[in-house]
Formats: sequence, structure tokens, C-alpha cells
Amino acid sequence: MIRKVQMAVIGGGPAGLSAAVAAASQGVTVEIFDDNFIPGGQLIKQTHKFFGAKQHLCGTRGMDIAQILLDRCTQHNVIINQQATVTGVYANTLGVLYPDKFEEVEFKSLVVATGASENMIRFVNNELPGIYGAGAIQTLMNVFGIRPAQNVLMVGSGNIGLIVSYQLKQAEVEVECIVEALPQVGGYQVHASKIQRMGIPILTNHTIIRAEGNEQEGVTGAIISEIDKDFRPVPGTEKYLSVDTICLAVGLTPLADLLEQCGCKMTTISELGGRVAVHNHYMQTSRPDVFLAGDVSGIEEAVTATLEGQLAGLAAAKYMNIGNPLIIQNKMNEILIQLNEFRDGPFGEKATYGSQRLLKEYSYE
Amino acid sequence: MSEDQNNLNHSTIPEFLTDILPPEERILKRPVAIIECFQEIPCNPCVDSCPQNAISIDEGINRIPQIDYDLCTGCTLCVPKCPGLAIFVVGVDKEDKTKGSVTIPYEFNDLPQIGEEVIGLNRQGKPVTPAVVKKVIVSKITDKTAVITLSLPSEFIHEVRFFKRQSSK
Amino acid sequence: MRIKKHPILEFPVKKKIEFYFEDKKLEARDGESIAAALIANNIRIFRFSEKKQRPRGLYCAVGKCASCLMEVDGKPNIMTCITPVKQGMKVKRQKGRGDLI
Repeated sequence: MIRKVQMAVIGGGPAGLSAAVAAASQGVTVEIFDDNFIPGGQLIKQTHKFFGAKQHLCGTRGMDIAQILLDRCTQHNVIINQQATVTGVYANTLGVLYPDKFEEVEFKSLVVATGASENMIRFVNNELPGIYGAGAIQTLMNVFGIRPAQNVLMVGSGNIGLIVSYQLKQAEVEVECIVEALPQVGGYQVHASKIQRMGIPILTNHTIIRAEGNEQEGVTGAIISEIDKDFRPVPGTEKYLSVDTICLAVGLTPLADLLEQCGCKMTTISELGGRVAVHNHYMQTSRPDVFLAGDVSGIEEAVTATLEGQLAGLAAAKYMNIGNPLIIQNKMNEILIQLNEFRDGPFGEKATYGSQRLLKEYSYE
Repeated sequence: MSEDQNNLNHSTIPEFLTDILPPEERILKRPVAIIECFQEIPCNPCVDSCPQNAISIDEGINRIPQIDYDLCTGCTLCVPKCPGLAIFVVGVDKEDKTKGSVTIPYEFNDLPQIGEEVIGLNRQGKPVTPAVVKKVIVSKITDKTAVITLSLPSEFIHEVRFFKRQSSK
Repeated sequence: MRIKKHPILEFPVKKKIEFYFEDKKLEARDGESIAAALIANNIRIFRFSEKKQRPRGLYCAVGKCASCLMEVDGKPNIMTCITPVKQGMKVKRQKGRGDLI
């Protein structure tokens, strides 16, 4: 017999957990399906204090926010299935693969909160062991307590590259330098300042062109080079760095394949990180029973992921006619105000522009 | 890396630091918080951290925090609360104006001892002056961010923003 | 390679378990991924690619990139980054695609 849930959530990160809590608080029965064996998504490895306002738990470290959200899930009887990989979404069922079995789960509404995957860039030997995505370095260091390297070249000076460089220093790993292809630092200046006052150089207009290494050790070094305004290496500016690890923090791409597969209308918006599902303010896709939240709806960060999650969970409850529609609408309006407030600075412009473009496409339906 | 490789297009000495600094008479009166946050980012915990209500952010949470130097007592409570670790407290000794102090947020292993001699680093991590650790605060409120006050020559209070221990490489 | 002291994090002592990598007995901690256990033992080469036999290791650590696939207890293509290590587990470097039984 096929198991039935009112609302299924794919992904147990900040967006998925927030969606589950928001819907469950309205009386919806919710199950989360998460492919990892530890819940919390990327929050569990964020050791820094978060930005935001008081209602977003600002000043609290990401890993502590994960625990707060997980506790709320427990309070609301949300079931979290771990090592549960959703392999496909059909008319009203999910296919879920566990290490030892496969099952189908029937849902009335679905929240897709699958997050994002890390981008890769082109350079010689870019698949050598010892080249990690920034998230992998964080997992090893901050979740499992393993020092992944002696000395690191960081590629990318967005907030992730800056924050992970800082966390590497906290784990007593040397960061040789940060290379940034653009003429300016990508992330917040306050994060860059933390790195620079420790003496870590941020080399703008620079990139990695080659990883050095061998079959026994993996990475043993890296060659970086200055690049011109068309991102072409400037001959004669190559430098060899003796590093055992190269960390790539070169952006994220929404993990939207399940949304595309289940028939949601898709579009490509570079400001949001690539291919995303068209959706409205309330995170509802062109398939009325399917909602989305977090990085899968466009690359942003954890606070907006939790707000979008709350919206998606409430909108799903409303769609299923569960809970008090007036209370739900009021709550949703409140969250929309918070989201707009959060994005109301120069760093929120991309997300605002992206979501406006999405809304346009949605209204053409 | 050697210095010539340190091609910094992004200077962290903000040109407009001079615009936000309090008048010298104010610094001579008592220590004061310097908020080195010059970008509109969605963040406001500094506002609530101040028991004197000296810090404010206009409309919403994205504007640049403003500090009323007359209300600021230099208590350092805001230092560990800033997620960007961008708030420092500076002071000058009333009796001996050549002596100054800088309070810095610090999140690394092996906290220095009070009285320990350390090396004051500038915003680019370059050593600029010897300094002595005057105060080390870690409590539940600081949530693992240590608040460390250094004594150093007063001419460096606007320059030193970090330190290294003599024992470290 | 294990972090003993960290300014923010505490890593409570977890039960030690034993597993095998290429028939060699290694130590791991209960509750960590196979990939984490290998890296804690200074092992970074997880498999060799099919066409050019190039070494591959952990890359994304969230089960999205397929760089860390290994043979675990005789089964190929196990995502070692999101699979917990277990007592007595036999982990081997995968060569090529791995044979399906």
C-alpha cells in the first residue's frame, strides 16, 4: 500500500525545515525527505553569527539555528526521513530511495527545498583529489572535526569564499591567498576585512589556471595568474603556490531537476543562478500543488531561505484548505514584508530583480 | 606570500573613516566604539546590543548604522554582537595621552593572557606596533567571541585592528 | 588530522569503530561519513576514472557530484560523502564504472 502524507518536503535544510514547521503549525501532517544522514542541510556547518534582524535570529550562529529549527520540527511532530533520496515526482506521488528499500509516498502538496550545488570552473587538472567545493571543506571541518588541509588556495571572494577562509584559519589551516577573477571583492567588505587583517591577501583580477599534483597525493600545488578584463590569463604573471588543497567558492546553481521533471514551468535567470521554476510571491509553481523555497528558487542565503520556507509551508496549507485562511494570509503578508525589508539593500538587488522577472513570467500564465 | 604579490585593489582602510571618527576631545573623555561597517547589508544586531541606545539604523535593516558618540560609553558590549566583527572600541589615557587602547573581537584558539606582549596588526595584517593585552572577556553573552583589549601607543588606535602572539608564526 | 581544539565548536569524543580500506584496517568515529573517515586517515584518492584512470576524490560532500563514488561491501557507486561509516565496513577504491551484480 502507498503511504500517504498531506505535505511532503524534499530537503531538510533551512528552507525545508521552515516550510515543515510553518505548515505543521497550521495542523498539516508533514514529512521531510532528506538525502543526507544528518538533518539541517548547510546550516549545520555555519559556525559564524548570522546577519539579519532579531526576528531572523540574527547574531545566532548557523549551527545553532539548525538546532532551533529541528527542535521546532520535533514539537510539531514533523517526521524527518534521513538517507531518503527522492528519485522522481509524479502526479501525486514521490519515489523515495533508501539504502535498503524503495517506496512510493502519496502527497497532497509538495515543497521542493533541494538547495543548490556548487559550481566548477575550468582549469587544468580541476578534478584532482584535494580540490574541494567550499561546502565540502566546511563539512569536514565543522561537522566532522577533521582538518582537511595544511595550506589552501581559495578561489572566489564571494561571502562563501571569505567565510570559509576565516573558518579555515579558525581550524588552524593556512590560507595562502584568495584569488578573485573580478576587479573587486565579491562578498561583504566586513567579511573581507576579517580575512585581510589576518594578513591573507585577496588577489583581484586573478584566477587559478592549473592544479599540480599526482596519483598518490592528489593536489601538491597550484598555478595562479593575473587575468585581463576579458578574463584571459596575462602571460608572464603566472605564480606557483605550494598548497595541498584548492577550495572552490565560485558560486552555486539551483538544484531544480525535480521541479523540471515534475512538469513545473521553468525559466533561466542568471541573477538567480540559472534554471529556476517560475513561481509567485507565495512560492507556488505553475503546478498548483508544488511549492519551492530556498536556493532552489534562486541563489540567496539562509535567512531568506527560512522566510521563503515559511511562505511555502503556509501557502501549501492554504492550498489544501487546512488552517484558518485569514490567519495564514496575515502571516504570509508579514513574511513578505520581512523578505522585502531584508532585500532592500544593494546586496538584495539581484534577488529582487530575479523574483520580479519570475513574477512577470508567472502572470503570463 | 611575499609583499609584492599582495596586489590589493580592495583597500580595507576606508577612505571615509575620517568622516566617521569622533572628535579628538570625545576620544580623550572616555573610550568610544568605532563601527567600521560601510556597506548597506541586511543586519542590525548592533542596535539592540547597546544599553545606551547609542546605535541606530534608519528605516529597515539595510542602512548603515549610526552611532551617537555622546551616548556611547565605550562599554564594548556591541563588539562581540556584530556578526561582521566590524566594531572596535578605541580609547586614549587621560593622564598620559601617548597611551591608548583598542578593543578587538577575537575567535581563535589559545586566548592570550592578560599582560602578554603581542604584536598589533593593521587592517592588512602588517605588524605596526608592540601591544600589551589589558583585558580578555569571554562570557555567555559574547557567545564564544572573545573581546580583547590591547594597550598600545595612542598613535596606533585607528590603525591596529588585529594582533598576533609572539609565539605564532 | 582531527581537530582537537576549536574556538567555536566542540567535538565530543565519539565511539571509535574500525573499517577496512583496501583490506587495511583503519579507525573511524561513529556517526561520520565514509569520506570523512578516509580523509581523517589522510586518504584522498577514492577512485579512478573509467577512460583515463585519473584519480578522483571528495568534491561536493553533499551527494550531488559523483566524484566520491566507491565500492562499499562489494557494492559499487556508493556516495561515500552521504553514507555513514559502519563497524567492519569494507571500502575499496572503485575503478571505472563498477560492475553491477
